[in-house]
Amino acid sequence: MGAAEPGPGLAAIPGPAGPGIGAGGAGAPAEPTGQRGGSLRLILATFTENRAAVVGLGLVVLIALFCFVGPLLYRTNQVTVRLDLAKLPPGSRFPLGTDPSGYDVLGRMMLGGQSSLELGFAVSVATTVLGTLYGAVAGLLGGIVDAVMMRVVDVFLAVPALVLLLILVNMFTPHLWVIIVLLTLLSWLGIARLVRGEVLTLRTREYVQAVKMMGGSKRRIVLRHLVPNAIGVVIVNATFTVADAILTLSALSFLGLGLPPPAADWGGMLSNGLNYLFDGYWWLVYPPAIILILTVVAFNLIGDAIRDSLDVRLQRP
Amino acid sequence: MTAYLVRRAGQAVLVIIGLMILTFGLIHMEPGNVARSILGVRATASKIAIFNHTYGLDQPLYRQFVSYVGQVVHGNFGTSYALQQPVSTLIAQRLPRDLLLLGISTVLALVIAIPLGIYQAIRRNGVGDYAFTGVAFTLYSMPDFFFAILLIAVFSVQLHILPPEAPQATSVGGILADPRALVLPVLTLTLLSVASYSRYMRSSAIDVLAQDYIRVARAKGMPERLVLLRHVLRNSILPVVTVVGLSFPLIVAGAVIAEEVFNYPGMGLLFYQAATTHDFPILLGSTLVVGVSTVIGSLAADVAYAVLDPRVRYGRG
Repeated sequence: MGAAEPGPGLAAIPGPAGPGIGAGGAGAPAEPTGQRGGSLRLILATFTENRAAVVGLGLVVLIALFCFVGPLLYRTNQVTVRLDLAKLPPGSRFPLGTDPSGYDVLGRMMLGGQSSLELGFAVSVATTVLGTLYGAVAGLLGGIVDAVMMRVVDVFLAVPALVLLLILVNMFTPHLWVIIVLLTLLSWLGIARLVRGEVLTLRTREYVQAVKMMGGSKRRIVLRHLVPNAIGVVIVNATFTVADAILTLSALSFLGLGLPPPAADWGGMLSNGLNYLFDGYWWLVYPPAIILILTVVAFNLIGDAIRDSLDVRLQRP
Repeated sequence: MTAYLVRRAGQAVLVIIGLMILTFGLIHMEPGNVARSILGVRATASKIAIFNHTYGLDQPLYRQFVSYVGQVVHGNFGTSYALQQPVSTLIAQRLPRDLLLLGISTVLALVIAIPLGIYQAIRRNGVGDYAFTGVAFTLYSMPDFFFAILLIAVFSVQLHILPPEAPQATSVGGILADPRALVLPVLTLTLLSVASYSRYMRSSAIDVLAQDYIRVARAKGMPERLVLLRHVLRNSILPVVTVVGLSFPLIVAGAVIAEEVFNYPGMGLLFYQAATTHDFPILLGSTLVVGVSTVIGSLAADVAYAVLDPRVRYGRG
């Protein structure tokens, strides 16, 4: 994002995935609830009325079950290379065939999904904590501290994350945790900016000023006003971060810098499989591709739905 | 306005200095011995010493940095270890090719995404909106490399109408002389950008359509076409200007993948090859070029913003 002090429109552009896709706040309940506590119910109602969001959430649950519970029911060898079983087509013994190392593709999708999902969630949580704290500190302190902190963010944002990753991954043995740490170090910048922007706008709002005038403590302002108002942006961003992290890992795998075997992730399975696509081994390509895309779509749907349900403007009929 | 621009430019300079520190420090964190990885494991101690002395690697880090900055300011990015050519020459050869590829794709993407986003905003929640939203969503959630290879599978392998490899000519004129080979790389980058730009455009246009001045314009009896051109387009395009300025790092990351898939001899491919061969001067040089372009790009976007939107000018003084 370069050295940009964001223009006024910028604060309204949350998240890397962009605003307002999905079914929108289409079926949002038009009836405003005035009382306290009603807002949470309204958010929940809007969320569940958005069919796309429910589909997204359902997909995530199903895929997580598939990856983490699946291996308990469907046991496969994912460690020993069995060249005598390599590249077998789908059949009764291997429902989705085997890959060039003789691993069962269905079982490998579960194993790969574990890495992909663990990475997505870990990066998302770590990024959210780090970025929110950084942005909040910068926004609350303001002045020179804020200026310095934001220039640091600008520097990192000016270089494509993938470019930095290519340099960094080369320095370490690519292990899942190494990639999680590196991705986190490169992904917290967006949320830091968003939270800082949010804090800066909220600080000047009349109701926060009013609390200050009435002698409300700093702690009260932060906990009762800043956190509840900024949390929406944070959650939306966290959801998109899961999707982005999974995609970035797949790009790394494609460039040959992903997890080394016998570890697996969907992106790695997909990019390996693509080498055999033109020889007719479709089962090496489409199963991991479909589950990878479904997962990313699901997280993006959820993120959009949360944003829509938080955005009051979209709830106007 | 002037004060704003001066401050903005000052920030840009700070960020560029930060970038130099970042790239330089980062690349020198690399464990392992450069001389060994270039000269091979059998290199004698004296050969390594000569190599280190030739490239100034035996000097203290801060001296290396100072001399590096001095060189960079004079347009000298050092000599590639592996290719034995000046990095500035390599970059100068490849940058025009990237400007061509990324320029065409970005312009095409905007030409498609802006009307598409407005159309979707007008027909919000209609069949067309849902269809394009679904397509954008899927594209957005797909790994870049998978989409590129799918295009090859369809247009090159199945239909035999387009070559799977980008033009291999060295000059921009030579590349343009082979337009058929340029179609797939451009298509990949364009469609991936359309997927995200059209979403910003859609949500931005939805916001604008809800404004009172649109109602006033319609109430005055202004033809709908003029309402869209004069009011909706001009106002909703603003956030998209920023998004394009900011998405430069993303475009570059996409280019790394696309250039690898289509073997397009641009900066992305150069960078990727340098990352796998630990060719620091190239990594330093191209990271810096990309970073500085991003900073300048976002500066340009902010200036454009200030010119287009009077509120920015007067609001910031």
